[in-house]
Amino acid sequence: EKTRKGFVTDLLEKFGDDPLTPEVLDDLEALLLRADVGVNATDQIITALRRRLNEEVLDSKEGFRFLKQQLCQIVNKPIKNSNQEVLAPKHKSLNIWLLVGVNGVGKTTTLGKLAHLALRSGYTALIAAADTFRAAAVQQVQIWGRRSGVSVIANETPNADPAAIVFDAIGAAKSKEIELLLVDTAGRLQTKNNLMEELAKIRRIIDRLAPEAIVESLLVLDASQGQNGLNQAMSFAESANLTGVVITKLDGSSRGGVAFAVASEAKLPIRFIGAGERLQDLKPFNSFEFVEALLANR
Amino acid sequence: MFDDLSASFEDAIKGLRGENKISEENIGPALKQVRRALLEADVSLSVVKEFVAEVGQKAIGAEVVRGVKPGQKFVEVVKQELVEVMGGENAPLANVSEKPTVILMAGLQGAGKTTATAKLALHLKDQGRKALMVAADVYRPAAIEQLTTLGSQIDIDVFSLGSNLKPEQIAASGLEKARNEGFDTLLVDTAGRLQIDSEMMDEMVRIRSAVNPDEVLLVVDSMIGQEAAELTRAFHEKVGITGAVLTKLDGDSRGGAALSIKKISGKPIKFIGTGEKVEALEPFHPERMASRILGMGDVLTLVEKA
Ligand SMILES: Nc1nc2c(ncn2[C@@H]2O[C@H](COP(=O)(O)OP(=O)(O)OP(=O)(O)O)[C@@H](O)[C@H]2O)c(=O)[nH]1
Ligand SMILES: Nc1nc2c(ncn2[C@@H]2O[C@H](COP(=O)(O)OP(=O)(O)OP(=O)(O)O)[C@@H](O)[C@H]2O)c(=O)[nH]1
Ligand SMILES: [Mg+2]
Ligand SMILES: [Mg+2]
Repeated sequence: EKTRKGFVTDLLEKFGDDPLTPEVLDDLEALLLRADVGVNATDQIITALRRRLNEEVLDSKEGFRFLKQQLCQIVNKPIKNSNQEVLAPKHKSLNIWLLVGVNGVGKTTTLGKLAHLALRSGYTALIAAADTFRAAAVQQVQIWGRRSGVSVIANETPNADPAAIVFDAIGAAKSKEIELLLVDTAGRLQTKNNLMEELAKIRRIIDRLAPEAIVESLLVLDASQGQNGLNQAMSFAESANLTGVVITKLDGSSRGGVAFAVASEAKLPIRFIGAGERLQDLKPFNSFEFVEALLANR
Repeated sequence: MFDDLSASFEDAIKGLRGENKISEENIGPALKQVRRALLEADVSLSVVKEFVAEVGQKAIGAEVVRGVKPGQKFVEVVKQELVEVMGGENAPLANVSEKPTVILMAGLQGAGKTTATAKLALHLKDQGRKALMVAADVYRPAAIEQLTTLGSQIDIDVFSLGSNLKPEQIAASGLEKARNEGFDTLLVDTAGRLQIDSEMMDEMVRIRSAVNPDEVLLVVDSMIGQEAAELTRAFHEKVGITGAVLTKLDGDSRGGAALSIKKISGKPIKFIGTGEKVEALEPFHPERMASRILGMGDVLTLVEKA
């Protein structure tokens, strides 16, 4: 568990009990910027801290506590608003989880991990291989299906209609009384209107064919991405009717700070964290851990 | 986003309006806006700091010709400097006399290495050079099938030995085949790896030793954030890169990584990826990249109005 080590914020050691000085604030600003929090969000966070410092003298410890609280609040708000602390499929119902996002962020891998998690948690599950575009995308999903022990509905004809596969998969899910249908989609940049329209079409098919289903539309966001992550969230929210976010590759050195802008501006709850390439490298999101890791010294 | 940026530049330029020269006193706000613009474009913080300091020096010394407003001059200096840092002429791919030329692909997971390998093979084919692609990613599910599929799309041979051998062994066998069968260029696709994963970085070093490449290309996703600098530093120190490929520029990322990569490694960005299709490869143009990073289209019209 590479990322879960070193979660202690050792910044405190660096700054001790001294009152927060402008230099420390500058260091904090740099820390947030380097974690991809973004200029605007960083400004807001540091300004709030400054305002607080105008009211009373804070030592570093209290200053950090205040900062962490603020960061936690930002990511917790959409979770609170969703009335669902932890995302889980509802037993004995059809749940359809759609994984969407730009190219190469980890959609298919996350789907494999979710399939494994679902089976281990006692759900019946099925996978729809609706990326018919990328070279060997179907073979990749099939390997994840085998690893997790979940069947895959696929059509190996290149460029087969993804909506048709989703159509078939919903039929199969209903007849087999599947509880969780996981849908893999092709990566697409949010600027490609035709591809975004294709996604909207998949979404409409789901809503028409399975109006009773509980649908989660999850944006997969690569932690190493920078400020473009917010553009992604805004566009996919519109086309795919997003309900949440998964952040991947947190086993790397990137902190995924753009998630704060995504949470506050796209108002999306973060649901899972991916931290590795293996079946078991997926965790439910925990705001406390996320913020600690973000601020941990490098 | 672009609107924000032009608005912020407008403020900076206003600050310089009415002044008759760019001085240490009046340049502050303008430099702050440059810092902001670069950070918003995902240029790494350390690189931003260095760049802003350099631009400050140049701008203060810059002659303001009669009839040219200081704001206009300032924006020009910033852009010029960006273009200069990102490198003058377009750098071609290595092409050595003792065949085959060996090109090794490296980078983070999902950056676009496999796609770029196929794109380069096609590019070489168009130049009459015959490439062999080697499938040396033994980890990612269906990585070999992916390269094989791409190979058959563009009619380029793919060498693979399954996923039970070590990548360095596969790469070495590929090189032998290329030598024996008279291929012009060997392109080695490798698995994605984190620069902090020391085992995987060691493996990369072993692959390099096995094929002794003429070119090591770091493939970087243009949407990457602040880690671009550390990523480049680590790959360059450990493996030694000769250039980079910046991918997924068909999106709306500002691509600040271009500046970080060049500034940290001193190596040129040789190509950009502009689509998922195998044809979507273009040479890198520093001038266009500078405009993109600054959102310059907007800024220039603004300056003209000012
Ligand atoms: N280190 C690390 N690598 C990951 C993680 N999740 C995915 N990857 C890797 O990232 C690469 C891309 O993953 P995919 O699951 O194929 O991504 P995708 O979004 O489905 O890609 P496209 O379908 O091509 O758009 C693969 O090499 C994965 O092994 C993670 O949490 N950590
Ligand atoms: N839009 C766009 N997509 C690209 C570009 N280059 C690659 N891709 C897509 O990005 C995703 C990842 O590309 P790959 O070539 O599999 O990346 P990789 O670095 O080999 O990934 P791993 O082997 O898993 O580390 C795929 O969906 C590609 O189609 C590009 O220039 N533009
Ligand atoms: Mg995929
Ligand atoms: Mg690959």
